[in-house]
Amino acid sequence: MASITIQSVSKSFGAVSVLRDIDLSIADGEFVVLVGPSGCGKSTLLRMIAGLEDITGGEIRIDGRRVNEVAPKDRDIAMVFQSYALYPHMSVADNMSYSLRLRKTAKERIAEAVRAAAGKLGLDPLLERRPRALSGGQRQRVAMGRAIVRHPKAFLFDEPLSNLDARLREQMRAEIKRLHKAIGATSVYVTHDQIEAMTLADRIVAMHGGIIQQVGDPLDLYDRPANLFVAGFIGSPAMNFIDGACRGGAVEPHDGSRIPLPAGLKAAEGQAVTVGVRPEHVRIVGAAEPGSHTARVDLVEPTGFGTIVHVRLLGEDLKIYTLDRAAARVGGPLHIMLDGERLHVFDRETTQRLG
Amino acid sequence: MTRKRLLLTVLHRLAVLAYVAFALFPLFWLLKVSVTPTSLLYTEGIRMWPSRASIEHYVFVLTHSSFPTFFLNSTIVSASTAVIVTLVASLAGYAMSRFIFRGKYWIIGLLLLTQMFPLVMLIAPMFKMLSPLGLTNSLSGLIVVYVAFNVPFATFLMQSFFDGIPKDLEEAAMIDGATRFTAFRQIILPLTLPGIAATLGFVFTAAWSELLFALMLISDNRATTFPVGLLSFVSKFSVDFGQMMAAGVLALIPACLFFLLIQRYLVQGLTAGAVKG
Ligand SMILES: Nc1ncnc2c1ncn2[C@@H]1O[C@H](COP(=O)(O)OP(=O)(O)OP(=O)(O)O)[C@@H](O)[C@H]1O
Ligand SMILES: [Mg+2]
Repeated sequence: MASITIQSVSKSFGAVSVLRDIDLSIADGEFVVLVGPSGCGKSTLLRMIAGLEDITGGEIRIDGRRVNEVAPKDRDIAMVFQSYALYPHMSVADNMSYSLRLRKTAKERIAEAVRAAAGKLGLDPLLERRPRALSGGQRQRVAMGRAIVRHPKAFLFDEPLSNLDARLREQMRAEIKRLHKAIGATSVYVTHDQIEAMTLADRIVAMHGGIIQQVGDPLDLYDRPANLFVAGFIGSPAMNFIDGACRGGAVEPHDGSRIPLPAGLKAAEGQAVTVGVRPEHVRIVGAAEPGSHTARVDLVEPTGFGTIVHVRLLGEDLKIYTLDRAAARVGGPLHIMLDGERLHVFDRETTQRLG
Repeated sequence: MTRKRLLLTVLHRLAVLAYVAFALFPLFWLLKVSVTPTSLLYTEGIRMWPSRASIEHYVFVLTHSSFPTFFLNSTIVSASTAVIVTLVASLAGYAMSRFIFRGKYWIIGLLLLTQMFPLVMLIAPMFKMLSPLGLTNSLSGLIVVYVAFNVPFATFLMQSFFDGIPKDLEEAAMIDGATRFTAFRQIILPLTLPGIAATLGFVFTAAWSELLFALMLISDNRATTFPVGLLSFVSKFSVDFGQMMAAGVLALIPACLFFLLIQRYLVQGLTAGAVKG
C-alpha cells in the first residue's frame, strides 16, 4: 500500500492540451474518486498513474518514488478497466493468477491467493470457465479478482461499473466499498456517476476541462461547491440556477422580485451573481406569504420515493424535489420559498463561490 | 409468399451448385486425365471417366522423372517463405497497429507502392541484383524474392488482425507485470492465431504456385520448383498430358494437407480480416 503524489502534472496529445497543472496527494489507504464530464481527462490522469501514458510535464510519485520513467509493470499497481480486459484464452483462475505467474510466485502460493480472492468475490464455481462463458457481472468480478489477488500498492479503477445494469451496479458498488474496508488499499476510482462518487469516496476530485475544480470530501462538495461547475455537477436532480444582481442584501433577478442572501455573505452592490438552489432545498408552502414566490407547475415527474416538480419561475425552469406526492398538479399554482441559508451564490464572471 | 420463398431458395441453391461445379470441374478433369492411360486419352474423347483407369502416370512421375526433386524444392521454398513472411509480418503488423512512429505513413505508402507494379517489370532488375550475389539458381534466392514480395500484403493482413484485438488487453498484461514483448507473446499472439494461420496459408499457396520468378531465376534442374517442373512435361513435339496431370494432382496434396491443418483457424481468420478490412 502506498501514497500517490501528483505534482503539477500536465498532458498533451500533440498540440492538444488535455490536463493542465494537476496537483493531488492521495494518502495511503485513501479512496479517491475522480469525477467529471466525458472528455475532461479522468482516464488520461489514471492512465498516467498506471504508466500507460507518458507524462508531458510534472511528476508522479508512488510511495515517494518518482515513477515518470518507470514501466507499468514495475509500478506494482492494479487496474480494473471499463472493458474488463479479461484474457479471452485463459480460464478465470488463469486470468487471476497471471500477474503472480509473471512474478514467478510459488505454485502453492498462487493457488492459495486465487482461492482467497475467489472466495471474497464468490467466484469459486467459475474458476475453470473462460471469460466468454460469463455474464457481465461475473466478468466484472473476475476483473476485480485479478486486481486484488496480488496485493498491489494501489488500485486504479476506470469506470468499472458502467457496463452493468443499474441493479448490478448498485450491488457491485456496495461490494467495492466493502472490499475497500476489508483490504484498505489506496484506490483511485474514475466515474462519471455521481452516486458512485458520493458513496465510495473518502475524497472526491471534480474535474472539468483538464483542470481540477474542487477536491474535498463528498458532503463538502455537496454542501459548499466551490464554483458553478461543481455546483451543477454534484447532486441529482441538478441544482437550479437563477441569474441576478446584488442589491441591499438580496439578489434581484430581472423581474424585480427579491431573493434574500445568506447571512454574512459579502457582495458588492450591483455585482452580477448566479444563485444556486438545490431542488431538495426549495420549500413548498401552503399559501402565499411574505418572501414567497408563486409559480405555475409545468411538469411532474414521480420517481417513487420523491417527486420532481418543474415550475416556470423568473423565466427559468426550476426543479423542486419533494416527498409530498400531492403537493403539485400540472397547470396549478405552487407557492415556494427560497431560504437564504440554503442558497449558493456565485460570481457570474469568475463562476467562483461567494462566501 | 411461402411458394415464392421456396422458389427463391431453390434458385439460390441451384446457383450455388452451378458455381461449385464450375469451380471444381477443372480439378475433376485434372484427376480424370491423370488416371487415363495414354492410349485412351484421345480415342475416348470427352467421356466423363475412362473405360480403364490406371496409375501408370503416377508411377512414372514418381520413379522416372525429376518430379520428387521439384516437389521437395517447392516444399522447402514455400514453407520457408511462409514462416519467414508470417514472422516478419506479425511483428511489423503489430507495430503498425499499435505504435505511432516517425515516418509511419511513408512506410505504409512505400509498402503499398510495391504492390502496384506488375511483377514482370521487375524481373530484369531482380536478375541483375541477384546474379552477382550468387542468388540465382538457388532456393535461397527464390526465398529472398518471395519474402520480399509477400511481406507488404501480409503485413497489412496481420495489422488488420491486430487492430481487431483491444488495446486494453496488452495494457492489462503490462500492468499485471508483463513487458510489452511478453504481453505480445502471451496475450496478443494466441488471440491472433487465426490471423497467423490465414497469413501462413495465403503466403504458402502464393509461393507454391509462383511461376514467373521461378522460371526466370532458376535454370538448374536441381533447384527447379514444381510449377516450372510441370513445364518439363511439355516437349517440343508433344505434351504428355497424363504425366503432367498426375504431377499436378500430387502437387495439390501438400497444399490440401496444409489447409486441412490450419482450416480450424482459417474460417475465423478470413472473416475477421474481411470485416476489419
Ligand atoms: N491518444 C489520444 N490522442 C489524442 N487525444 C486523446 C487521446 N486520448 C485521449 N484524448 C483526448 O483527451 C481528452 C481526455 O480524454 P479522457 O479519455 O481522459 O477523458 P475521460 O474524462 O476519461 O472521458 P470519459 O468519461 O468519456 O471516459 C479527450 O478530449 C480525448 O479526446
Ligand atoms: Mg474515460
